[in-house]
Amino acid sequence: MLSETVTSMTTVPGPVAPEQAPRARDGVRATPRGTGPRPSARPRSRRTRRAVLGFLGVLGFAATWELFALAEVVNPSYLPSFTTTARRLVAELGEPRFWSTLGDTLITWALGLAIAVGAALVLGTVIGLVPFLRRATHSTVEFLRPIPSVAIIPLAVLVAGLSREAALIVVVYAPFWQVLIQVLYGIADVNTVARDTARSFGLGRAQRLRHLVLPTALPYVITGFRLAAAIALVLTITSELVIGNPGIGRQIDLYRSAPDAPGLYALVLVTGLLGLLVNLGTRAIERRVLHWHPSVRRETPR
Amino acid sequence: MADRTPLLSVTELSKTYLSATGPVEAIRSISFDVYPGELVCIVGPSGCGKTTLLKCVSGLLPPTSGTVTLDGAEVTRPPATMAVVFQEYGQSLYPWLTVRDNVALPLRARGVPRAERAAVVERALEEVGLSHVLRTYPWQLSGGMQQRVAIARAVAYQPEVLVMDEPFAAVDAQTRADLEDLVRRVWKDLGVTVLFVTHDIDESVYLGERVVVLSASPTVVQEDLAVDLPAERDQLGTRALPRFTELRTHVYGQIQRAKRGEQVGAA
Amino acid sequence: MTAVRRTLASAGFTLGLPLLLLLGWAVATRSTTTIYFPTPARVGEAFVATWLDPEILGRDVLPSLGRFAIGVALSIVIGIAAGTVIGSTPWLRALLEPMLEFFRAIPPVVLVPVLMLVLGLGDTMRLAVIVSGSVWPVLLNTVEGVRARDPVLVDTSRSYRVRGALALRYFVLPAASPQIMAGIRLCLSIGLILMVISEMFAASSGLGYQIVFFQRQYMIAEMWSGIVLLGLVGVVVAAVFHVVERRVLHWYHGSREVSRG
Ligand SMILES: Nc1ncnc2c1ncn2[C@@H]1O[C@H](COP(=O)(O)OP(=O)(O)OP(=O)(O)O)[C@@H](O)[C@H]1O
Ligand SMILES: [Mg+2]
Repeated sequence: MLSETVTSMTTVPGPVAPEQAPRARDGVRATPRGTGPRPSARPRSRRTRRAVLGFLGVLGFAATWELFALAEVVNPSYLPSFTTTARRLVAELGEPRFWSTLGDTLITWALGLAIAVGAALVLGTVIGLVPFLRRATHSTVEFLRPIPSVAIIPLAVLVAGLSREAALIVVVYAPFWQVLIQVLYGIADVNTVARDTARSFGLGRAQRLRHLVLPTALPYVITGFRLAAAIALVLTITSELVIGNPGIGRQIDLYRSAPDAPGLYALVLVTGLLGLLVNLGTRAIERRVLHWHPSVRRETPR
Repeated sequence: MADRTPLLSVTELSKTYLSATGPVEAIRSISFDVYPGELVCIVGPSGCGKTTLLKCVSGLLPPTSGTVTLDGAEVTRPPATMAVVFQEYGQSLYPWLTVRDNVALPLRARGVPRAERAAVVERALEEVGLSHVLRTYPWQLSGGMQQRVAIARAVAYQPEVLVMDEPFAAVDAQTRADLEDLVRRVWKDLGVTVLFVTHDIDESVYLGERVVVLSASPTVVQEDLAVDLPAERDQLGTRALPRFTELRTHVYGQIQRAKRGEQVGAA
Repeated sequence: MTAVRRTLASAGFTLGLPLLLLLGWAVATRSTTTIYFPTPARVGEAFVATWLDPEILGRDVLPSLGRFAIGVALSIVIGIAAGTVIGSTPWLRALLEPMLEFFRAIPPVVLVPVLMLVLGLGDTMRLAVIVSGSVWPVLLNTVEGVRARDPVLVDTSRSYRVRGALALRYFVLPAASPQIMAGIRLCLSIGLILMVISEMFAASSGLGYQIVFFQRQYMIAEMWSGIVLLGLVGVVVAAVFHVVERRVLHWYHGSREVSRG
């Protein structure tokens, strides 16, 4: 299986194994001590340098946008300048309506994510623990998983109308498969570990859970959760845009048809920031829960 | 020896890493010369900076101060006439290339024509006894075989200087003996200059024409010792010679002293 | 004998549940008369009548798939090219990283309205929608894959003077290929979603348009057949990707199996 070395990459639909120690396959100590191109640069200054460069990058983006808009390469009513958009964003932040819209989006997201994760955990555990079920469901899971979630939008609308319930059907679909697959792989890994090590012998149920099942399966589940959270947010906003249930997505479509370009761009920025927050938040959770795991520990020294 | 000009000179080389936890002085000051056609072993306790020294010698790492010169020119980046066998041999082979392509890639980089390349690669792999695994991938081979591929790659490169970093640290005793004889044979057959790093005292005495003993950190040259054993060496006979025992006892003593931090007989 | 038994058993496991589900669907829809859930036979009929009709095939299906293919191909090329440059230039990476993180975090669909405003409603807009959403996973994974090269291999390549185009072809890209392929897998599924979405707004043809059209017209069986078609496309794309990935990364899977013992 393709393991996702980049823990920062969000939505990988495939199963993602938590990365083990780096290529220690020859028995030789696998401690790659980098002799990069500039090994003598002081680390502290390197970090500040990175931060400064990153900040410059953001400024550069804003400046490019501003110049592009001012040069009127595109009709200014379609592409407002950065400053106009930023001012509009601040204005939006001061409005109660904005916050209730945001609240709608967050509720749909949280509900969808909770349903998806809950259902996937339960079903995944049951299927994963029963070899017969695992074999019998494999082909079905592999068939249903790649169906693009938007394909079921019309169906959801038909069944539930233009409502939050319809949106939830869409929001639950893809993250559910993501977590389910992760749970299945996690449990399969527990089985191999249990077979390969004598650790499982003579352990009580509680100890087994503590020393075998949790340490092995948890990283998969947490990774699945992180990926699912990002996918669920994307789908929440997508369904608001397409189905029209209340939320940021619908507001974006309203601003488009108004047309209210500054509002539209301001809300696009909001969705980006929201996505960024979700990514950072879930990554922090992952790091916290898995602080003992090599995939997490390895990330910190960089 | 003094009438010849050295091929490789290391002069007052020092290296201090600036790491996240503060500066690490890996090498304080190392100087030695290597003459054309010599086989020099560098031996020192684990962690004393042998790899660091080799990386500076091979132009992979800029020294903090001091110089490395090869053929009279200062080494600032990897020289064209030098081949390196790395300590982490398994990791130094490209896992997506077959054994043959691993050996051939440096030759391609140098612009050796295809037909000649094939011949050179085949000869090098024959030399290390691996002509039957041309099309295999490195990760399908055992550790000792992987190491031989890495050696074949260095040999095929036809370098003037062959640099090897603890190449046999992780192979079993029998393979190790075979590989040691392989290095001696390659050295004789091709007439290359070899710089061989090891932490194994017996190995350094058995292989080398000269042994440079490094001290423990902060690292300096503890002793530069000529090995006056017969040129023809074999695993049983040579190791049974009284002179061999004398030399290894001597080097052992130097290393023990080095570990205790005494500075004796620096060249 | 045992081989035959084993083949039969695995066929049973592969087909058992899907057949059961299909059967369940047929039974459930026979007894009741919900308009939303037509019988499988009815959906099958609609599938043949709708999607295998040369006119619809030529007007809606093939152009959609063509846009999907072009959009995804563009994303892959742009993503790998830009990702390689950014990943091997530390200052550039530091400069762009926060902005790239931000762009990746934007749900791709919200760029649809923006691109509709700027580019109008043509094929350009639809392609731009696909690329603007599906380029990020390839780009970011390439950056990460190129950056996180094994330091021993970096030293090896430097000391044997494997540089430039040769290093790109035989070192940098293969070393990053596991990550790049992970990015491409994502790119494909996002691309398919965006292909559909870009046709759900203000379009008059295309797969996404047709499905929404059927839903609005209450042509339920046809709508279902559209969902089935999209599912099939998704499955076929995933299967093709799987085959290609196995080939491209055979060394990766092989070495991992060896290291697991
Ligand atoms: N990139 C680096 N950054 C900081 N310190 C380093 C780095 N590389 C090596 N060191 C330190 O420098 C010292 C010498 O390391 P080096 O790897 O050169 O030793 P060595 O003699 O090759 O050891 P071994 O026998 O284990 O191979 C060690 O203390 C090591 O921790
Ligand atoms: Mg070393």
